Amino acid sequence: MTGESAPVLRATGIRKQFFGVEVLHGVDLDVHAGTVHGLVGENGAGKSTLMKIIAGVHRRDGGDILLDGRSVDFGHPVEAAHAGVATVFQEFNLLPDRTVAQNVYLGREPLRRGLVDVATMNRQTQELLDDLGIDGISPDTKVGWLTVAEQQIVEIIKALSVNARVISMDEPTAALAEAEVAVLYRVIGALKSKGVAIVYVSHRLQEVFDLCDTITVLKDGALVLSSPAADLDQAALVRAMVGRPISTFFPGPEDGTEIGDPVLEVAGGGNEQLDDITLSLRAGEIVGLAGLQGSGRSELVSALFGAAPFTRGTMRLGGSPVTIRTPRSGVRNGIALVTEDRKGSGLALSQSILDNALLAIRSVFPGRTGAMRAKVPEILESLEVISQGTGQEVRALSGGNQQKVVLAKWLATSPRVVLLDEPTRGIDVGAKIAVYRLIRELARKGVAIVLVSSELPEVLGMSDRVLVMADGRIAGQLPPTAGEEEVLALATGTEAQVVSDQ
Amino acid sequence: MKRLARLDTTAFVYIALVFVLIVSAILVATTGRSILSPGNIRDILTGMSVLGFVAIGQTLVILGASLDLSVPYVMSLASLIAAETMNGSSAMVLPAVLLTLGIAAAIGMANGLIVTVLGVHGFVATLGVGLILKGYLDTNYQGTAGSVPWSFQLFGATGIGPVPISTIVMLALAVLVAFILARTRFGHHLFAVGGNAEVARLSGVRERLPLIGAHIGSSVCAAIAGLLLASRLGVGSPTVGSQGSYDLLSIAAVVLGGTLLMGGRGSIWGTIGGVAIFAVLDNLMSVMQFNPFFKDVIRGLVIIIAVAVYARRRVVARRIRFAAGPAGPAVAVAAAPTGSDERSPR
Repeated sequence: MTGESAPVLRATGIRKQFFGVEVLHGVDLDVHAGTVHGLVGENGAGKSTLMKIIAGVHRRDGGDILLDGRSVDFGHPVEAAHAGVATVFQEFNLLPDRTVAQNVYLGREPLRRGLVDVATMNRQTQELLDDLGIDGISPDTKVGWLTVAEQQIVEIIKALSVNARVISMDEPTAALAEAEVAVLYRVIGALKSKGVAIVYVSHRLQEVFDLCDTITVLKDGALVLSSPAADLDQAALVRAMVGRPISTFFPGPEDGTEIGDPVLEVAGGGNEQLDDITLSLRAGEIVGLAGLQGSGRSELVSALFGAAPFTRGTMRLGGSPVTIRTPRSGVRNGIALVTEDRKGSGLALSQSILDNALLAIRSVFPGRTGAMRAKVPEILESLEVISQGTGQEVRALSGGNQQKVVLAKWLATSPRVVLLDEPTRGIDVGAKIAVYRLIRELARKGVAIVLVSSELPEVLGMSDRVLVMADGRIAGQLPPTAGEEEVLALATGTEAQVVSDQ
Repeated sequence: MKRLARLDTTAFVYIALVFVLIVSAILVATTGRSILSPGNIRDILTGMSVLGFVAIGQTLVILGASLDLSVPYVMSLASLIAAETMNGSSAMVLPAVLLTLGIAAAIGMANGLIVTVLGVHGFVATLGVGLILKGYLDTNYQGTAGSVPWSFQLFGATGIGPVPISTIVMLALAVLVAFILARTRFGHHLFAVGGNAEVARLSGVRERLPLIGAHIGSSVCAAIAGLLLASRLGVGSPTVGSQGSYDLLSIAAVVLGGTLLMGGRGSIWGTIGGVAIFAVLDNLMSVMQFNPFFKDVIRGLVIIIAVAVYARRRVVARRIRFAAGPAGPAVAVAAAPTGSDERSPR
């Protein structure tokens, strides 16, 4: 610690295990006052885990965290906040029905003669807002009426109100529009000049370069690189983030797989979240759908299925025009959607495996229920579902087996189009391979498949072509031989620099 | 950053109240009478006070995302304890009132502890406590008991001009509770716990205390309503609360007043507005001599319509990326610059 000032926050050799699997292998991080430290890496690289350890949400298994040179061990986010370490998470910790000031001072309301001093609370909130040069937010506005960007600022103000000296932000721009991002930039500038140290996690490389003084790259839970931003360019950063061979565990196409005629076509589709969607899904083809979180991938499959339907454009199924406005009509037309949130929208957790497998059939094609009931055990067996019988509650199954039950539910409807949104999220490797095999088998049977995934190797390893989404539109199409850099470049909007660099 | 100019729900409740008043005034006028005659105003306000007390307490627990179904039995018990303790003696009024409120507070404390410590949902916890109280009342009382001295009957019988004392006390209590909600940590934390207990916890709020306090408040308010009924009847009665079905009616008034049944949003003044709407409708129907069963049909319709309107007004906050309407050129131009954005290039 010679030369420049000592770091406000120093993490050394941080290790963390979840269920016996080490997800952070001795990561170091130095954050200096008045600087922004960028933390980048692919999904699953360990950024969020590191942030949560610093914030006191998780406890570390190894290593040390020094705040102003003193070792600290936070067991609760409130403890961390009192010590001056605050975190702005992606999902906000705000009460929409309470005012800005009430949210900022929740749990620490200023008192005067035993009563909450509303005037002081509002005045201090206003001062914090003025400090950052924010106008348009009033301390007595209800948070629920604010835009997402404004809510984010409220979170930042909340952090500042406890005199946080370190603020970490987890993908603060993921849900923001361009103009709103500019406001956030200004706020971060103001925080820097106040001497606050900022840890900034983002997928958007342009932003990382715009804002950060130092950049640390994590990959597979290990530190790859940490250096001043000025010494890096985007291409070097992307290479550091990926640069791993596509592993060979993706099964190849099955013999006899043929890509046939278009099954589902969309022209000029759009709704509140999507625009200008034109695509064609062909029988036997696996179309990968890549893009950052919030880029509109899930919205696109929801629109195709009818859960959040297109409000513009035309759809054709098997060559003839079709209108799909509800999930029910999606199912009727032979479309299946395996949702991202398995427990929330894929399964009725307290019902049996059999009831879950028959859920779609019973409600949409009740006439076929009897026949299907007999076939369900066979489907479950072909998917290698491990259970104590079809009467078992799905809640008790492992993630992988739960996902197989979701798949069984849709296979029972004999779909022509299968939309898979993050089908391998949070399941073990064995189950992942089973899902990949099933995808290949469906393709051989002539089903059109869309595979949404945040894991680029998965998209590239399984798809016949890859559509990349950015900000609600299809930014481009790539062959499966494309590199992860190219996908990332399209998704982050940095194609010019990276491609020319190669 | 445009924002929808939205009408406050409480203001909306009072607009609805004025509307109901106008319609009622016209209908009553067709019979040749006036809804604003002093006698009629007194009738409406008298009708408001009992339900008002109960609903103020119910608002507290509903704000905390709980419910209180034990209120009718607390009311009956309160009327009996008060009437038996007073037993016609003016000197015993104050001790009787304090004893009644103390016992009610203990029942509320039990409700609150069952909800927070045992983790039983308020619906079930207060249903259970209510049944226990009902069993006690049914086994120990065959009919009315005790008697209330004349001095205490004045609470239910007198007024200033057309305004009954009981209504003034009820409104004073509303002012007090509204103040507590707005200006004490208890109030702020009750809203937070009801809105999102996890957010409250992560902000350092002790999440049990506000809910226990709300349950105590609800039982005490119910007991005050019971005292008022005892004062009007002159005796204590084991069925006075359940006959009025004050449990469901108070919940209906709270919800009609714009308080979210899921907790975290609402106000005492909305509740008072809801109580007033019910009182005006009741008065209208008795003046017009409707079939008394029809009264409940109207109440049911009003509550359903009100909540349906609130549901429409609830705007789901979600960023709209592509507004509906004129697609085409404007959108296409915006779409043109794909990758390189307007931010400062390095």
